[in-house]
Amino acid sequence: MGKHHPNVDAYVVSRVRALESLLLEKGVLSPDAVDRVIQRYESDTGPMIGARAVARAWTDPAYKRLLLADATAALRQFDLEYQMLVVVENTPATHNLVVCTLCSCYPWPVLGLPPTWYKMPPYRSRAVSEPRALLAQMGLEISPSREVRVWDSSAEMRYMVLPERPAGTEGLSEAELVPLITRDALIGVARVAAAAR
Amino acid sequence: MDGVHDLGGMQGFGPVDREENEPVFHAAWEPAVVAMMRAGGARGVFNVDEFRHGIERMAPAHYLRASYYEKWLDGITRLFVEKGVVGEKELAERVDFFGDRPDAPAAAAIQGALPARVPFNPGWVQDAIRDTGARPRFADGDRVVTREFHPHGHTRLPRYARGKRGVIDRCHGVHVFPDTNAHGQGEQPQPLYSVRFDARELWGESAEANQSVYIDLWERYLLPGS
Repeated sequence: MGKHHPNVDAYVVSRVRALESLLLEKGVLSPDAVDRVIQRYESDTGPMIGARAVARAWTDPAYKRLLLADATAALRQFDLEYQMLVVVENTPATHNLVVCTLCSCYPWPVLGLPPTWYKMPPYRSRAVSEPRALLAQMGLEISPSREVRVWDSSAEMRYMVLPERPAGTEGLSEAELVPLITRDALIGVARVAAAAR
Repeated sequence: MDGVHDLGGMQGFGPVDREENEPVFHAAWEPAVVAMMRAGGARGVFNVDEFRHGIERMAPAHYLRASYYEKWLDGITRLFVEKGVVGEKELAERVDFFGDRPDAPAAAAIQGALPARVPFNPGWVQDAIRDTGARPRFADGDRVVTREFHPHGHTRLPRYARGKRGVIDRCHGVHVFPDTNAHGQGEQPQPLYSVRFDARELWGESAEANQSVYIDLWERYLLPGS
């Protein structure tokens, strides 16, 4: 549907329904499983826990140290039990970028479902080999003096970027910062702007 | 396997196409695919490594053309058939049934009551850490070189990082080994490391300046470097 999915093919729909009906019959799929997936990802995933953790890290130095050293412990403050996350910090010297070149690994529990572009060949192919050119095309220029570190999520460990807090937000509270923090900034393909777009 | 899924460093795919205000799902069949994938994993039909390898075995041209959830559909269908949960003949008959009834829900093909369901393990996703007590062979800061190989089966050592020199950044603990777990050869848990590679080591004179790549690699992929 829409320009990104012009060919939603009737054959695909038939294959989905066929498999779905057989898995229901064989007791593999619960009758309410599809509704629960929709509920979970369309309603329950936002606002992103990742954004809330970053806003807390920006306003609480002790929390920031914990988030970078032991993200699992830090995320328990948001009632999330997640063993597999590493948080990497953007600084004036370092910009971090997250990709999965082999499939589409992504930290769903903290960022929700990945955007389509993250899962498609243009991003997955170029992020490791020409990240500056890729980011420039996506609207983010990285100074030559900053190291670009690309994290290729090849195992079950997941990565999230702790972006830099933008100038001009010094007076904002943790709750006021949360809506400024975009998914793209937590992947490393955007900066956080001082005012929500 | 050196498949088309192993995209790192390939060229010619064009610019990233970002969709503004992208919906969670683009079509009603997509969450059904997610639910079936989760059911297959949680009910022990396949593990996550078999799932990934199921997708890697798609026909290359189809892989590049397919949407994300169509890749999942192709992979899980292959696995449900291979594992004997679904028969090829009954599946083909059902595809025809729904081909003739494009608006029918899945339940339209079912007669009688549904059976009791097999046990569900919601913790199957990212259930990778095994505290075996195995001692890591390498320490943070050690130089390593990745193996140069081209296995026909599943591996998580990307093609662009084979035979390359890197430095151990950290050890993530002992993790299930996908190369064997995807093929019914056991979990063979072993230390997993984040390994730092300088972009010049990976891309030679084409590398961008001041760049590095960190890749999570199992001990079996690594040899002592110099």
